[in-house]
Amino acid sequence: MTGWTRRQIGGLAAGALVATAAPHIAHGRGRPRVVVVGGGIGGATVARYLADLETIDVTLIEPNPTHVTCFFSNLYLAGLRSLDSLTFDLRSLAERHRITFIRMRAVAIDPTARSVVLQDGARLGFDRLVVAPGIAFKLGEIGGYDEAAAEIMPHAWVAGPQSELLRRQLESMEDGGVFVIAAPANPFRCPPAPYERASLVAYYLKQFKPRSKVLILDAKDRFSGQELFQDAWSRHYPGMIEWLPVQFIGKTRAVDAATRSVVTEGETFKAAVANVIPPQKAGSIAERTGLTDATGWCPVDPLTFESTLQRGIHVVGDAIIGGDMPKSAFSANSQAKACCFAVAAALTGSPRFPPHLFNSCYTFLAPDDAFTNAITFAPKDGKIKTVKMFISKVGESAKVRRRLAHQAVGWYSAFTADVFGGVS
Amino acid sequence: MTAPIPRVMVPGSVARNEVFAVKAIIQHQMETGLRTDSSGVTIPRKIINRFVCRYGGIEVFRVDLHEAVSANPFFEFHLRATESARLEFIWEEDGGATYSLSHDMVVA
Repeated sequence: MTGWTRRQIGGLAAGALVATAAPHIAHGRGRPRVVVVGGGIGGATVARYLADLETIDVTLIEPNPTHVTCFFSNLYLAGLRSLDSLTFDLRSLAERHRITFIRMRAVAIDPTARSVVLQDGARLGFDRLVVAPGIAFKLGEIGGYDEAAAEIMPHAWVAGPQSELLRRQLESMEDGGVFVIAAPANPFRCPPAPYERASLVAYYLKQFKPRSKVLILDAKDRFSGQELFQDAWSRHYPGMIEWLPVQFIGKTRAVDAATRSVVTEGETFKAAVANVIPPQKAGSIAERTGLTDATGWCPVDPLTFESTLQRGIHVVGDAIIGGDMPKSAFSANSQAKACCFAVAAALTGSPRFPPHLFNSCYTFLAPDDAFTNAITFAPKDGKIKTVKMFISKVGESAKVRRRLAHQAVGWYSAFTADVFGGVS
Repeated sequence: MTAPIPRVMVPGSVARNEVFAVKAIIQHQMETGLRTDSSGVTIPRKIINRFVCRYGGIEVFRVDLHEAVSANPFFEFHLRATESARLEFIWEEDGGATYSLSHDMVVA
């Protein structure tokens, strides 16, 4: 299946934006300036769609020249995709869409002076700022889990070098070992992903190290898609995946990197490979800018994605308190588009629209067995609420699931083309 | 085909007459017998219908289970440490299969 072309998707969606966002620029001043901090899915989508309006100057600040998608990175882990196939070049995105790309870290934001301070000390002024900082880890909540420990017990929850490290550990693991996944409490990036990872790691182990096991130490008593996963585990990997809820093991208190052990209140679990996914919060620049509340995440107005704590600054993606919206790439993309409407309306006087918010995900249980969800959302009483939801069911035929696994690949090409404006 | 994995958690050692917690869980899909497959045929019931714990050969805890039980049933209960003896845990499945674990309890 060939994915939709960028022109088909981008053309339709951008066309809709342009048609409604009439460029009323006040006489006597230049084009309004929007700075986007963070080149992940949310940030790249905002930059691309705002730039396509051709009424606003857009600058994207991101230290990495490329973005590796977290979605589909469990396929990489299982040896089913290359990391290259998940890597997108932000420089070509910037070139094609006339975005000014500054390959630097934004170290501070001054909401009063309306400027961003870059790592070289330069200041960049803005009329509106969009912050898409992704996630940071609450290091310190699990004793002994710091950046050094993450090099021994990788989280692989930001795709890239951490994914490669976990893949190498999986490949060098001896048959008969236990691959431990410590899964975090809600909310966290991509709710079904720890369990998709368990499935695809088991798929790899079943072929190459069939005496090995996957053990999930969960900080929850329920998880996203639980029935679908447990059904698939008994069909594809009988006896290979064990899931222990927090009520059984107690909270994960610490890790011991020297022995690759995870210590819970109830017991110490020794791993051959330990994939420790720590509890999460909004990316650190959000915290430093006063965009986060006591939860560690960013409260926003669901109509505009403007921060309720710092006016004139918008936040999209995993970092926000998204109500019913899961922390997923598709959510970030959908929020980013709604945010573009609001930013364009504020800066150019284009009409305002109630946002249409969606999530659509595919989750792999095996290479030829995937499930899907499709959810629509709408703002209600200051929160984002689910309107309609479709999710795959237990008991669907193998044919249906094969088709979904096939569709997932098309979804990936179409979605990444929408975000990054073309194939890498 | 399923392959249930049983697991128990008990303290390493306990003092005589101390009351201690026992946790037992089994990874089990728990087919209710109420579902049909994609061609409309009823999938036969296959659940863990009984869980038993014996302490020194004496039954100290027993649960009979029915269709409404969740997947991966989890029990937590308390026992008094009377003697150093074997704890046995038995899960009985529809169709007659059993899964078991044992642990030698050391009472100081």
